[in-house]
Amino acid sequence: MILDSKIPDGPLESKWTKYKSTVPLVSPANKRKLEIIVVGTGLAGASAASSLAEMGYQVKSFCFQDSPRRAHSIAAQGGINAAKNYQNDGDSVYRLFYDTIKGGDYRSREANVYRLAEVSASIIDQCVAQGVPFAREYGGTLDNRSFGGVQVSRTFYARGQTGQQLLLGAYSALSRQISKGNVKMYNRHEMVDIVKIDGKARGVIVRNLLTGEFNRHFGHAVVLATGGYGNVYYLSTNAMGSNVTAAWKAYKKGAAFSNPCFTQIHPTCIPVSGEYQSKLTLMSESLRNDGRIWVPKKKGDNRSPNEIPEEERDYYLERRYPAFGNLVPRDVASRAAKERCDEGYGVGETGLAVYLDFENAINRLGKDIVSARYGNLFAMYDKITGDDPYSTPMRIFPAVHYTMGGLWVDYDLMTTVPGLYAIGECNFSDHGANRLGASALMQGLADGYFVLPYTIGKYLSQDIRTTPIKTDHEAFVEAENDAKERNKKLLNNNGNRSVESFHRDLGKIVWDYCGMSRNESSLVTAIEDIKQLREKFWKDVKVLGDEKSYNPELDKAGRVADFFELGELMMRDALERNESCGGHFREEYQTKEGEALRDDEEYTFASTWEFKGVNHPPILHKEDLDFKTVHPTQRSYK
Amino acid sequence: MSGLDLTLKIWRQKSSVDNGGFETYDVKGLNSHMSFLEMMDVLNEQLVTQNKEPVAFDHDCREGICGMCSMVINGRPHGPLKGTTTCQLHMRHFNNGDIITIEPWRAKAFPVIKDLVVDRSSFDRIIQSGGYISVNTGSAPDGNAIPIPKDIAEEAFDAAACIGCGACVATCKNASASLFVSAKVSQLSLLPQGQPERKERVNKMVAQMDSEGFGHCTNTGACEVECPKEISIEYIRKMNLDYNVNNIKS
Repeated sequence: MILDSKIPDGPLESKWTKYKSTVPLVSPANKRKLEIIVVGTGLAGASAASSLAEMGYQVKSFCFQDSPRRAHSIAAQGGINAAKNYQNDGDSVYRLFYDTIKGGDYRSREANVYRLAEVSASIIDQCVAQGVPFAREYGGTLDNRSFGGVQVSRTFYARGQTGQQLLLGAYSALSRQISKGNVKMYNRHEMVDIVKIDGKARGVIVRNLLTGEFNRHFGHAVVLATGGYGNVYYLSTNAMGSNVTAAWKAYKKGAAFSNPCFTQIHPTCIPVSGEYQSKLTLMSESLRNDGRIWVPKKKGDNRSPNEIPEEERDYYLERRYPAFGNLVPRDVASRAAKERCDEGYGVGETGLAVYLDFENAINRLGKDIVSARYGNLFAMYDKITGDDPYSTPMRIFPAVHYTMGGLWVDYDLMTTVPGLYAIGECNFSDHGANRLGASALMQGLADGYFVLPYTIGKYLSQDIRTTPIKTDHEAFVEAENDAKERNKKLLNNNGNRSVESFHRDLGKIVWDYCGMSRNESSLVTAIEDIKQLREKFWKDVKVLGDEKSYNPELDKAGRVADFFELGELMMRDALERNESCGGHFREEYQTKEGEALRDDEEYTFASTWEFKGVNHPPILHKEDLDFKTVHPTQRSYK
Repeated sequence: MSGLDLTLKIWRQKSSVDNGGFETYDVKGLNSHMSFLEMMDVLNEQLVTQNKEPVAFDHDCREGICGMCSMVINGRPHGPLKGTTTCQLHMRHFNNGDIITIEPWRAKAFPVIKDLVVDRSSFDRIIQSGGYISVNTGSAPDGNAIPIPKDIAEEAFDAAACIGCGACVATCKNASASLFVSAKVSQLSLLPQGQPERKERVNKMVAQMDSEGFGHCTNTGACEVECPKEISIEYIRKMNLDYNVNNIKS
């Protein structure tokens, strides 16, 4: 396998402009003949499908939810970054690029990140034009706020529901194209395999989740916009249905997978409260603009927080990182919370929580302003925990939130399988080892609205003579049969344990050994543990119901089966990377102060894995990252 | 935090063509911090161990924003709490020994697929009929080129907060979709960007709503009470005004 990132020549600032002006185009007459499959309807998928359809391509779009509007992008709360410099605080494309590279702990590609920063401003324009009701100033202009890891205000937001509003914008654009007949939409359909013919991606096998039927679909190109794999941990802030299956099938069909161990643990989530828990809920990073994080100075202090006087509180982020304070990046904030709890200073019933306190903000701004900024988040917290954050501090703890790793893509966002693209969270492209807040929405929409529509033309311009391949081709038949076999196996297993119980056990292994900190010996053990649990799963899982009707248990079983294989790859990747960077913290590699210790000599590369069979170790390929503009230094937020 | 024992009467229906009926299940020793859907997870794991098929229900984000969860709990869409989706309802609001009745959304335009799962694609078709601003990618002016007064932006946001769950339809005696449709119509008609297509949009969306088999609005106001995002019935007035002004003139 050769990893050619296809980064255009020339200075960083002009690569994308030059690319756009010289990339081969497809004529309108030919676009009409070209079919593109887009899997997933989150920000990346919906924006790509609608933009490609507007351009004249024939698009088929798939989602497993009952409507494209439900994709998990909808749950993003805080905001979307853009280098508009509307606040006149010194922001620029370069600064957004620099913050993102630094925030990612120097493990992402300069050219891709620069392009992301460059197109960020157009995203805001596009969304405003669609009717997205962003927050405004009294003069009618757009408002901004700050997010972690930066010193400017470049985050655009729509109360605490920015993801919802942006997704509904993209969904409305998609709906318009559906009504025009340019996009054929398939709800409640899950992609179960990629079809490759002569080495190129030529279609997908999907399963209609309502009828259990398998269908074959041809495409001149296939775009995956299927999100992240955080649910491998069982408990995460992802939606219950979020899964790795589409990306994993692509991996097994030859698309390389990069940096699987780079996962983001978000510092401010509602803590776990019991064994029955099915998911974790995020409290937006925007809260750290006004909330202060602290624990008692005394170990095991079980007074109620309001009884602990100011001088007996340890505002540990302000103490350790005076320059950024409570707004340090997510990986730093999460590790600091873990450190305090591990040392015995944690609060709440389990001792696995820290306080996020708004008392100062309420005194300074008044309850009304705090409520206008965060009211919906406070209400959500109250509903879940039964506590009122206006009168008592929130209790928070880190939780799995986002996965930086994903399918390897080149500058064109194409995977190592020609004609197969990956956009949004399911690729590995822009966030390195740690993503900055409000950058996931930016990347999803950048890929879908402004990058893929250009880059896909480069491939398709060479494909205008290919007439649609009939889906009775043996590659389609074979892929469909494989998928059917797998379902039969799951349904006829006659085991004793529910899918859910296996998923919970897998999640515990991945969280314990590949969560906020990792070390060599436990990773080695965990790889064996996962293999054994996987074998047990296939022997002992029980899936009821039948294959010919709506059967959510069967859908879940297929997804969990793929999480087992992914979990193992994550461990291997974490074991291979003998350094600490971003979300990947190896206990053996830390500074005296407990900060992550990178090894730029040995590890300035993207670990990129090639599938070699379920029972064979994958092959590691390294894409060296070449820093020509930014010089990697130890990240300091002090 | 003592254990909670409950009796659940749940609507079971194999498919859209079958006649459904209530089945009764007991669940014991629940933690009151659980969410309602986590209680359903417990029931389903119990059913699997008894070799009974789990209850199918729609759910995804479990944080009150995707709009997928949809249960009528003791006769009320999303249950007893104001401004709350089913997934955000917690068991601390129930008492030991309670009998809870759980049904799907019921409306002609939302046929039952299985158990508690219904088909809400009619909502998608209403949006497809005109619930958008026609702007192609790349043709937008600068975001600050269109100043929008803060109060107008806020009002548009209040309408845009709709999660498309369908509780308004489920609670309405006429199974009207007026609150859902008016929320989208109003969001876009309040904003300057939405003006060029304002007339056409409301006409098309209302026509689509009617053709899907939703009933008429008779101003009962139940929709506003049950809406988990507390969207105001005032938007229905706005929509009707727009619609009537259009159609009186023409």
